[in-house]
Amino acid sequence: MLHIVVCIKQVPDSREIRIDPKTNTLIRQGVPAIVNYFDLHGLEEALRIKDEHGARVTVVTMGPPSAEKALKLCVSMGADEGVLVSDRAFAGADTLATSYVVALTVQKAEQEWGPVDLVFCGKQTLDGDTGQVGPGVACRLDIEQLTYVEKVEHLDPKTREIIVHRHLEDGVERVKAKLPVLITALTELNEPRRASLPGVIRGTRYQPVVWTTNDFEDIDRSKIGLRGSPTIVSKTWVPDPRAVNTKVLEDESTDAAANHLLDELLATDLPQKLGWVKEAVSVG
Amino acid sequence: MAEQRKRKPMIGLQTDGDVDWSEYRGVMVVVEQRAGQAKPVSWQLLGEASRLAKKLEAPLMALVIGSDVHHLAQEAIYHGADKVYLCDSLELGPYRTRPYSRVCLHVIRTYKPEIVLMGATYTGRDLAGAIATHLPTGLTADSTQLDVDEDRLLLASRPAFSEKMLATILCKQFKPQMATARAGVFEALPRDESREGEIITVAPQMSVDEIATDVLEFLEAADRVNLEEAEIIVAGGRGLGGPAGFAVLEELAHELGGVVGASRAVVDVGWIGHEHQVGQTGATVRPKLYFAIGISGAVQHVVGMQNSGCIVAINKDPEAPIMKISDYAIVGDLFQIVPAITKAVRERKAAGWAPSPFSATRQEQPVPAGQ
Ligand SMILES: Cc1cc2nc3c(=O)[nH]c(=O)nc-3n(C[C@H](O)[C@H](O)[C@H](O)COP(=O)(O)OP(=O)(O)OC[C@H]3O[C@@H](n4cnc5c(N)ncnc54)[C@H](O)[C@@H]3O)c2cc1C
Ligand SMILES: Nc1ncnc2c1ncn2[C@@H]1O[C@H](COP(=O)(O)O)[C@@H](O)[C@H]1O
Repeated sequence: MLHIVVCIKQVPDSREIRIDPKTNTLIRQGVPAIVNYFDLHGLEEALRIKDEHGARVTVVTMGPPSAEKALKLCVSMGADEGVLVSDRAFAGADTLATSYVVALTVQKAEQEWGPVDLVFCGKQTLDGDTGQVGPGVACRLDIEQLTYVEKVEHLDPKTREIIVHRHLEDGVERVKAKLPVLITALTELNEPRRASLPGVIRGTRYQPVVWTTNDFEDIDRSKIGLRGSPTIVSKTWVPDPRAVNTKVLEDESTDAAANHLLDELLATDLPQKLGWVKEAVSVG
Repeated sequence: MAEQRKRKPMIGLQTDGDVDWSEYRGVMVVVEQRAGQAKPVSWQLLGEASRLAKKLEAPLMALVIGSDVHHLAQEAIYHGADKVYLCDSLELGPYRTRPYSRVCLHVIRTYKPEIVLMGATYTGRDLAGAIATHLPTGLTADSTQLDVDEDRLLLASRPAFSEKMLATILCKQFKPQMATARAGVFEALPRDESREGEIITVAPQMSVDEIATDVLEFLEAADRVNLEEAEIIVAGGRGLGGPAGFAVLEELAHELGGVVGASRAVVDVGWIGHEHQVGQTGATVRPKLYFAIGISGAVQHVVGMQNSGCIVAINKDPEAPIMKISDYAIVGDLFQIVPAITKAVRERKAAGWAPSPFSATRQEQPVPAGQ
């Protein structure tokens, strides 16, 4: 049977975060914690594969004890097992340190429940917003990475062949690979299901597996948490609102306003930047 | 399983031992291309990197990987590079993470740049994430501001928390310092054919049979809405009154060679597809020219377009918040104003973008009565 690991993260819904206009700081109060929504699309795809071919789906997350809730949700949707990797020593991890711990977790899940055929990550997180953890995990596991996947066209557990559609700026790429692979999921991939009633009951009762640093034999403590994170946030600030001197064009007629606007635009460096300047413009 | 054996030792990756970071000098840009055509972001990054290299008094390098891409090495020199590393081989035609990242790793370890930059595109992010893990080093995603300080540290600043804040990220521990940077933020240098530089060829690092993924085909989406890379966006909101209103915008966008954008309000009611949405839950854009037409300027919309070069707002409400952040504001009915602008653009284009004789600002001297 296929074994699929889904990497998820519990994040504050940054869309709901506001800036306090007086102090210029983030207002985190009342901001709900959600499962990073790209990750839910990864989970849904894993569950679809489970529905079609049969698979064992293990969900893993590195996070604080409260992330247990996120795992329970995943189990209520249909995941078989949820693993919370939690330790104070992991705090302050950047993408390099995170991918180290997540890769170790996938490896340990492999030892516990069998070889892993597929790993799903989200395209990116709402809080970290980098999309770097997926490639990092693939790299450490030494498996192929298929990023920004919007469709799994074909999966054959026997030949171990997979064909996916990767979304790019200017088109779609069809890529074929052999399992095991790591996929990063876009929202276009699918519509995540709602938990069924029995699922909800199972999720509520479910107690996630918890692993700490002590559960990983060969963990290198210099590679985890703040110490293992080469990037440092040196400064954060709220950018000034766009400082402009708005010119309100108050012309008699619509045509005059339209031409006024174009005169204004042509007097700036826009024509040059946009390639509007033609030799027809006489100099002097 | 053979894979199992191979996989286990990879996890930590970092080679231990002391490295002399002082050997690392210069700024390198990884040039992204498809079918021998460079992405504009590559030249934009070279432009910004040349500024950083000057400040560091260090060479500016470019890395070109692909099949039949020799001309791009030359182009990189015209766009500012002093040295170009070129890996040109048949199997490097379509981008694939492993063969490309192995070339990058080889070049970085051999030629030791202190800073490595790539575009924050799908491909750039895919590649950068793999390289940074292997090296290992710190990687800042999606930078919109770059600088260096007197300690030769890269100050890479990026939006955080749904564009509401900016954060400056440093990497003191390892070299090179890596960042991906957004398209459309930095200016390319003017192409200069008199520039000279050195091209150094590099061998591919993987043989064909070691490459396990296969790009079957690339389906170009001619009609894909590419808001992120658009230079001109004509965006509409609820003021359009219905899906038919977008026809008016499309005409202007077509005339200007721009792309149609939208507020979430109109996407939610289905007047236009989600791929057109600008804002916090849509695309973050940086066109040179942005028209906000019948859009009120809610903060969730503004965070996605406030970095546009020039903003023109058209709204019947002079108090609409969008007016305050716009360079030009026209108060009135969009159904009259937008067609008038389209018409004026057509006329100006026909006249080679010369100022119009009907122009309001041209009538500086009052015409004496009776003449
Ligand atoms: C979590 C969250 C995320 C969000 N994300 C986004 C996002 O990504 N992008 C986004 O855009 N919004 C987003 N929103 C929604 C946002 O708050 C606003 O509701 C939305 O931007 C309003 O769209 P609008 O300006 O088109 O509509 P309205 O606010 O209704 O404005 C319509 C404007 O058209 C003008 N008008 C009407 N008729 C005419 C006419 N004939 N001629 C000229 N002007 C006319 C009116 O004066 C008015 O200013 C988000 C909201 C939330 C809560
Ligand atoms: N702490 C974590 N635990 C498990 N998976 C994670 C964690 N952080 C990130 N990921 C995975 O990596 C993806 C990309 O995250 P990021 O690089 O932070 O944008 C996410 O969508 C998750 O699938």
